[in-house]
Amino acid sequence: MKLIDLFSKPKSVRSAKDRLRLVLINDRINISPATISDLKDELIAVISKYVDIDPQRVQVQIDSDGRTQKLVADIPIRSNTKKR
Amino acid sequence: MTAKVLTITSGKGGVGKTTTVANLAVAFASKNQKVVCIDGDIGLRNLDVILGLENRIVYDIVDIVEGRCRTRQAMIRDKRFPDLFLIPAAQTRDKNAVSPSDMVRLCNELREEFDWIIIDSPAGIERGFKNSIAPADIVAIVTNPEMSAVRDADRVIGIIEAEEKKPPYLIINRIKPSMVDKGNMLSVDDIYELLRIEVIGVIPEDENVLIASNKGVPLAIDAKTRSGMAFRNIARRFVGEEVPFLELKETNFWNKLNIFGQKD
Repeated sequence: MKLIDLFSKPKSVRSAKDRLRLVLINDRINISPATISDLKDELIAVISKYVDIDPQRVQVQIDSDGRTQKLVADIPIRSNTKKR
Repeated sequence: MTAKVLTITSGKGGVGKTTTVANLAVAFASKNQKVVCIDGDIGLRNLDVILGLENRIVYDIVDIVEGRCRTRQAMIRDKRFPDLFLIPAAQTRDKNAVSPSDMVRLCNELREEFDWIIIDSPAGIERGFKNSIAPADIVAIVTNPEMSAVRDADRVIGIIEAEEKKPPYLIINRIKPSMVDKGNMLSVDDIYELLRIEVIGVIPEDENVLIASNKGVPLAIDAKTRSGMAFRNIARRFVGEEVPFLELKETNFWNKLNIFGQKD
């Protein structure tokens, strides 16, 4: 982003871009937020069987890479320093 | 001679498809390219009016497809350019009168004779749109810096990708640099960032477009207006010339003016 953008883009373009970004992702993949939420819950359940993770901090979202959408899961592992 | 079939489409209506087709046709013709335009909007034809050829229609595309005339008979020659032709749409029929394979057959028949076959697609993603993209070698999507036009463009890009055609090009029409500078209109960069297909043209908002359509004389017939120049530049890029985007420089110019304005 150019420095000048910081001053000249505080207005409706921001919301247009943010709203369009979400609308386009939805149009392209057609997965509801409820489905993502279910997926996240199951993902947590499965991974917890093998790794000690912090369910509160797990994030699952759809991201765009060019015209391709990808599912991104951020799953922090609980550190075991306390146990040592 | 083997023509390239260039289809102009958009998803949303009213963004400037027909204007773009008419201007590209005239721009190619003034570069001594042989051009035929096909109006793909059966039932709602308009390319004839924008080109100023509405009084010369005898036969139309449905007459060709249904065998009532030879292809040559339905082709209207533009008197301003001996190598520019129009095949008009039928006005009293519906889109189902022509099929995608009819369009492929017609374009194949025309290919040998022309450099460019430009198809004016109707809005929407139904039969008329499918007819228009079926024979396309190149698809260009016209959009406006506006929520619904960008969204619909994205849908159309998705459909074209699914048809396994080459990625379409983007033409951004009706940009107002002053509104972009104030942060109240999506910029070319913003739209590119959202749609991620190559931008082949940017046309500024221009009252002269309406005046040209009133007269039936497309702007790109000369280089007197900025929008006419912008259309001519698109034609030059399609024939492989490297042409800088003049409009963006103009945006920067206005940008600077605004900064001075704020300091006062």
